[in-house]
Amino acid sequence: MAAEFGRRLRSWEGLLLVILLVVVAVNASIAPGYLSVQNQVNLFQLSVEKAIVVLAMTFVIVSGEIDLSVASVMGLAAVVVATLSSQGTPTEVAIVVALLVGALCGLFNGFWIAIVGLPSLAVTLAGLIGYRGVARLLIEDRSVGGFPAWFEDLGQQPIVGPFPLALIVFAVLLVGATVLLRSSAFGRYVYVLGNSQEVARFSGVRVARLRLSIFTLSGFVAALAGILLAARLGAVRGSTAEGFELDIITMVLLGGVSIFGGRGTMPGVILSILLILNLRNGLGLANVTGNTQTGVIGVLLILSVLIPNLVAAARTRRPRGQVEGGQP
Amino acid sequence: MRGLLRHLRPEQLRELTLVLIIIAVVVFFATQIPDFVSARTFTRISTSVAVVAVVAVGQTLVVLTRNIDLSVGSIVGLVAYFVGTLLVNEPTLPAPVIIALSLAIGASLGAINGLLVAYGRVPAIVTTLGTLALFRVALVELSGAKTVTTSGLPGWLLDIPQVTLFSLGAVDVRPLVVLAVVIAIVFQLGLRYLPYGRRLFAIGSNPDAARVAGFPVQRDIFGAFVLSGALAGLAGFMFLARFGNITVVAGQGLELEVVAAVVVGGANIFGGVGSTIGALLGATLIDLLQQSLIRWLEVSEFLRDAILGLLILGAVASDKVLMGRLRAIGLRARRRSRDSVPAEEVAHGG
Repeated sequence: MAAEFGRRLRSWEGLLLVILLVVVAVNASIAPGYLSVQNQVNLFQLSVEKAIVVLAMTFVIVSGEIDLSVASVMGLAAVVVATLSSQGTPTEVAIVVALLVGALCGLFNGFWIAIVGLPSLAVTLAGLIGYRGVARLLIEDRSVGGFPAWFEDLGQQPIVGPFPLALIVFAVLLVGATVLLRSSAFGRYVYVLGNSQEVARFSGVRVARLRLSIFTLSGFVAALAGILLAARLGAVRGSTAEGFELDIITMVLLGGVSIFGGRGTMPGVILSILLILNLRNGLGLANVTGNTQTGVIGVLLILSVLIPNLVAAARTRRPRGQVEGGQP
Repeated sequence: MRGLLRHLRPEQLRELTLVLIIIAVVVFFATQIPDFVSARTFTRISTSVAVVAVVAVGQTLVVLTRNIDLSVGSIVGLVAYFVGTLLVNEPTLPAPVIIALSLAIGASLGAINGLLVAYGRVPAIVTTLGTLALFRVALVELSGAKTVTTSGLPGWLLDIPQVTLFSLGAVDVRPLVVLAVVIAIVFQLGLRYLPYGRRLFAIGSNPDAARVAGFPVQRDIFGAFVLSGALAGLAGFMFLARFGNITVVAGQGLELEVVAAVVVGGANIFGGVGSTIGALLGATLIDLLQQSLIRWLEVSEFLRDAILGLLILGAVASDKVLMGRLRAIGLRARRRSRDSVPAEEVAHGG
């Protein structure tokens, strides 16, 4: 039992948990009432849209690919909802259209990656620029708001207990994503694909269809997050959600998901989301500017890959049990 | 077609195709937009291409090694701001010192990327996404929300984009444009003839084979990032000379245009294929299309990004679909011609 606990603690998830507890403890000691449900809800609400996209991005990265276009899809979906709704389309219809647009963006990415066989880095970089370009074309340099009251309430008011809609959506998706990744055939195929495309193909996994589904899912979830963001902000600009991909990819990689694919777990990703949110909040409490907070995220992103690499390098250089200089 | 492919490598064909496309685009818009072919159009497009092209040359070196440098836009902004502030405070500093400083700062920032990627084995996409944020953060912290304005800068610097180095007919050629072209050519020759240049291709084509062959793979990748940083630093100086007014968002998003230029210029994002002349041509084609389409369709400036996205996708897709086939045809043609050399010599003999 103790050994099991010790092994867990030495794992990446264990390390994250310890750091998270330290950060929370420090924050709680600086700011009384930090641990209150209301404060935690407020804290989570500020980044919940990113956290939602992180869930889909985990599937993308575990499958060995990357999706740099998510922030632009979020922005495009938000712009579509705002533009349609301000032109008199019922907001319910606008939401459905925006979700479809997001799924189409994902399908479009997926087509070039899965069917044509282009690298996801290049395709989604084009998407990052292109989808943002379409959003800017629709909205130019205006700021569009004027949503119906019920839509803004969905983004801002609690609907169950202290929890607003976005948090409930996140919780539901989290349970769904965890089960899907861990226990479904789909999830296991994603790991197989991430480990080796060849093995996946020879095992009878329909690689193209799987990739297409993953990217379509990513686009759809990004659009959902973009709509929730629009509801929370109450007004949308061409630059809405710009640069979010940094935080989103950082959260996934810090959660122990390998950038090379095939490795990573949902619990690790959750711990990493909580850690980053609490860290940003704590830095805010300590009067560190948003700009410097972004710098800290950048450092974390690099360290989350560098540290495991250095540890692995140190291990291979001195295998356990070997006594140095002991050989004749 | 076969005969052409026997003498040209697919990459050279790619450059030739780009030149032809650029000419076709110019001819097309000349019939559509009054006064399109003019000295003013040339100056406007070439000056705006110059900055992107210099960064794209550095990016080509990195992409050749199967890596990517997304931090270049932040390096351009940071160097432009830092050097600009220095010049406002010390207007008497001579130009060579300023240029050397720009190169040195850029190279040091590139060295950070190189260390992490080559020796820390952190993937380039992760490293440079992180330093993209970090270098920008450094700029914001450094500036304290102040901006560099043209009024504080010395005259010689502001003259650089205006001076005419030489004229070809009615077309005035500016120093920044010449600098970009010279850099693209020099690096093209370096890639072609220096051992270091050849090793970059080898590393990108097959890193494991390069390692087994005893190439200093880590050092070479480190070097590519340092060069990319140094060229981004130089571009920062050019950016300062061109715009004069530098805010904390200077150079933001430039990395996207640069990667687009490299990819449109024929480089393969998986390494091993690419040329700096191609990157220069890619940057030219992108800027030409963006500026002309906006003038032609009389649409807003906001179309730029949508065009850029489509161009990247088009370039990568055509690379995958067409170049693969061309390479196969070229290889077959060359093999056949080698097998049938005696016969041909007889045929053409005398």
